[in-house]
Amino acid sequence: MVESEMDRSAEWFQEEVMELLPDLLGAARSMGTTGADSEDAVAEAVALAWERLDDLREKVRFRGWIFRILRNCCLGRIRKARSRPETVSLDKEGNEGSFSLFERLHQPFLLWWSNPEMTFLDALLEDDIRQALESLPEEYRTVVLLADVHEFRYAEIAEALDIPIGTVRSRLARGRSRMQEALWRHAVDRGLRKPRSTSGNNPT
Amino acid sequence: MTRNRRGREQIDCEEAVRRLAEYLDRELSQASRAEMEVHLQRCRDCFSRAEFERRLKARIRENLHTDQVPQAFHERMKTLVEGLGE
Ligand SMILES: [Zn+2]
Repeated sequence: MVESEMDRSAEWFQEEVMELLPDLLGAARSMGTTGADSEDAVAEAVALAWERLDDLREKVRFRGWIFRILRNCCLGRIRKARSRPETVSLDKEGNEGSFSLFERLHQPFLLWWSNPEMTFLDALLEDDIRQALESLPEEYRTVVLLADVHEFRYAEIAEALDIPIGTVRSRLARGRSRMQEALWRHAVDRGLRKPRSTSGNNPT
Repeated sequence: MTRNRRGREQIDCEEAVRRLAEYLDRELSQASRAEMEVHLQRCRDCFSRAEFERRLKARIRENLHTDQVPQAFHERMKTLVEGLGE
């Protein structure tokens, strides 16, 4: 590399990394690392990314590419921290993944000013949402996190996790469905909702 | 799907629900997105559903996304990237 070219790409790399820093750290935490380990994983990934920068074909693919490196760094640390690797069983090709909070809450025949699903959303606490995401198996959690928290495109998620785009779609659907189910259960536990929420005149 | 007078495809509720996630994630093609928008303008049920999912997604980001990193870590990373390429 010519020196000025080197300087230019170093400058570009610095800017990208510093801008992405909160996302990288947030993702490292969500991928299961904690405390100083999360910070070390990010630092390790950034250093590796710089070493391998020639492998990056297009700059627009930077996010997906560096998250993939980060993910491998996190997985390596988690494996080291755990003697026994946790095996997560993904759902088989079944029809799971169709829990809908909206369908639980929405009551089409109510008058227009009553909007139980929006009331439900307003009553949700930050902790409810955090716990619901954390309750997901890693494979689903990471996909939902990248899509909903970090606003990744499906193609970027596919690249970051090294999975086909169809798998991104199906894991996202199942992950979101499970998350909604968890939110529903939190709400029932906190007494925000009765377990059966139909019209309220259930026979007891 | 049926066609209206201008020959544009009209999608039904089932199809609208199927496309909803990709619509909110901005992953639909322009044509598919346009069909979705026509349906949402006409169907109150699907509109309410889309609004709910959109707001839930926004809540997740609002609650879980942070622009803050610990100051010491920020400094550490700044030093690290500034030392690259030297
Ligand atoms: Zn509809």
